[in-house]
This record gives sequence, structure tokens and C-alpha cells, in this order.
Amino acid sequence: MSKARGLADFGNAYSDGALSNRNLIINGDMKISQLGTSFTGVTHGTYTLDRWELNEDSAAEFTITQSSETPDGFGSSIKLDVTTADTSVGSADYVVFEQRIEGYNAQSFGSGTSNAKPHTVSFRVRSNVTGTYICELKYDTGGYEASQAYTIDAADTWEYKVLVFPPQTLSAPANDNSAELRVSFWLLAGSNYTGGGTLSTQWTTTDNVRAVGQTNLVASTSNEIYFTGVQLEVGDTATPFEHRSYGEELAACQRYFQLYPKDTVVTGSCYNNDPDWYFPFVFPEMRAAPTVTFSNNPLIFCNNENSATTSVTSSSNNDNIKSIRLQAQSAAVGSAGQAGWLQLNAANSYFTLDAEL
Amino acid sequence: MDEMKITLVKYNWDKLSNKNGSIQATIDGTEMSVPLDPANRHYAEILRQVNAGTLTIADAD
Repeated sequence: MSKARGLADFGNAYSDGALSNRNLIINGDMKISQLGTSFTGVTHGTYTLDRWELNEDSAAEFTITQSSETPDGFGSSIKLDVTTADTSVGSADYVVFEQRIEGYNAQSFGSGTSNAKPHTVSFRVRSNVTGTYICELKYDTGGYEASQAYTIDAADTWEYKVLVFPPQTLSAPANDNSAELRVSFWLLAGSNYTGGGTLSTQWTTTDNVRAVGQTNLVASTSNEIYFTGVQLEVGDTATPFEHRSYGEELAACQRYFQLYPKDTVVTGSCYNNDPDWYFPFVFPEMRAAPTVTFSNNPLIFCNNENSATTSVTSSSNNDNIKSIRLQAQSAAVGSAGQAGWLQLNAANSYFTLDAEL
Repeated sequence: MDEMKITLVKYNWDKLSNKNGSIQATIDGTEMSVPLDPANRHYAEILRQVNAGTLTIADAD
């Protein structure tokens, strides 16, 4: 890029209202993956690397990994490796790799007003399957979608893509913590999404023009695709990828998902002689009250003894986004008034708080 | 679109507040404690399936 071009883009970014925090995508450079670096048998509704979800109606399955195969200037990418192919594509079949953006973060486009601004998506992509692919933006309020096609021109080569989507003047996103805008990369589309003739690059609620021309990436278990450097910004100009520090990116991800590893300790006390234990747990504020999942039953330590819990559940005042009470039982330790702590001892054990969209 | 596969659904009774504190459910094969917050995606899906008549939440033990 020439210096003059760079300065012009910088000026455009300024005019569009953002010289920092331009990128509305969280973990666009795929550096955060709290839950692990490799996920096998991935199907519909699965979050893998932080904030990124695979959704599908298809027989396809994937191994998804945080990969060190990257273009220059990036440390990580996400690799979607097809492990079960979908060679008999039904009309309703689809596979998308996507990120949902909550309403609080989707206001800067001015969507739903006459002063709405364009949206620009830029990203790096690499695949062994060349051809036409679709990237789509969708507003949940109103259900308006717009798509742009891009081509992977050379196999197994990183390519930089820039797609500009028009202003959306039809429906304003809610200014709250709900899912309001999503960025979707299509990997497979059945005729319900392709049969309408011409891809809709304008905002529409018509399904059969959403992914016209989409290549079937999942046609073979030999196929794979990588993404990194994904950026969504206000305006019609793609600026350089906004690199945030690891700590900043992790904190942003933890609004949606938090993992507490082996040996995390939560102190509490025994409530009665059943015995029921309560462990108050305070955490950085999340988007919504979180779902709690333990990979293994933790131990309760009390009075120089420890014992496996027989159950652990959570309770909260319904929409508490900063704390929960963990309620645990163990047949072997505890009497009313005793103090103790809850601890995960098993190798590779963890518990998670999930407030994803 | 495929939906979450939700089984073994029952309320968790919170003895401290003397009311239901969450829902214990197995979702897509994993046991979870789901808060009673409509903004939580798991609870929203449980409510959706309950309203559709395809899921029932058992009372707490």
C-alpha cells in the first residue's frame, strides 16, 4: 500500500468515527482459545476458539484447531478440517462459521436510520479448495441479511479479502446485551439459500439469495480452510488489522466465556448437616448470568479431610452477571458451620462459565 | 436448523433463598447448571422448547 493510500484510508477511518477500537470482531486474530487448541467431532452449535461458533444443518463434521499456520504478522489462525463430508447436499443444508455481536457493540453503524454507514469486513483466508465463497452480515432485529462473494484464487495460499456492505437503513439493532449482528462465513449452502438466482448484496429477508454461488467446502474429507485477521469496521474502508494485546483480547472474550482450570480454589462453608455446602464465587462481569459446567466433580476440603462431591449445582438471583453460589454435597465431609474449599484435582479438569450469545 | 438436544431437565432448589436457583440439564451431552436468566442462551432455548411443548422441567428434588 502506498503512503498516500494509507493516509487516505486513515482519513476515512477518522471520518467514520474510529481511530481505535475499530474492530468490532473479538478474537479476530484467533489468539484466544480458553477451552483448548483442538476440538474433534465439531458439529452444530459448537464454540471452539473463543467467540467463534460453527453452525450447520449438515452431516459434515470438523476438527477445529488453533493453528500456527498464519500469514505474516499473525500468531494464530483457526483451521476447520473436514472429517465427515457432506456429499449429498439437501436443500436445507448449510454450514457457517460465525461470530455474533451483541447490541451494545453494534450501534456505531447507525443502522435503522437514514444516516446509517457502510460495513467493511476484511480477513485473511487460506484453503485447498478454490472457488467462490460467501460472507454474510445479518441483523437479528428485523432479520435483514446482506451477502458478498469472494474468491479463493490459489490453493493453499493466504489471501487478503476486503468486502464492503451497504448501509442498513431498515431496522435498528436493540441497544442491549442480546445478539444483534452476526458475521458469517458460509462453507456449504443448499438450494434454500442459493436457488433465488442472484446473490443479494443489498439488505433482504429473502433466504434463497443469501449464498448464491457458494462452493461446497465440505464435499471431501481432504478439505480444509483457515481464517485469521478478521475485522469488521464502520465505513467503506478497510484499515490495517487492529492488533490488541493478549490481555485485552482475553478480557473481551471473558465477557462471554470464562474457564477456571485445575486447582482453582473456591472457599465456602457448610450450611447444614446434610451436608450442603455453599461456595460464593465472584468473577469479572459477564454478558448474562452464566451457565456453569464442571468437567469433573471437584473435591471438598475440610478439617484435614477431602472428599469427592456427589453433586455441584449453581444458583443465583436469576440475572446476576457478577457472582454465583456453587452448591455442593459430599457424603463424607462437613457439618454445619465448618469452613472449607472446593477444588478441582483431576488432571486437565476445569469448570466454565458460559454467557455466549 | 438443528436445535440443542436437552435432556434430564430439573430445577435446582436453593435452600438459602428457598426458591429454584437454576436448572440442571444435559445439553448436547454435557451436564450443566443453567441460570434462570432469559438472556442466557441455554435458558432461552429451554424456555423455547418448553413453550413448544417438547420439553418439561421436573421439580427440584
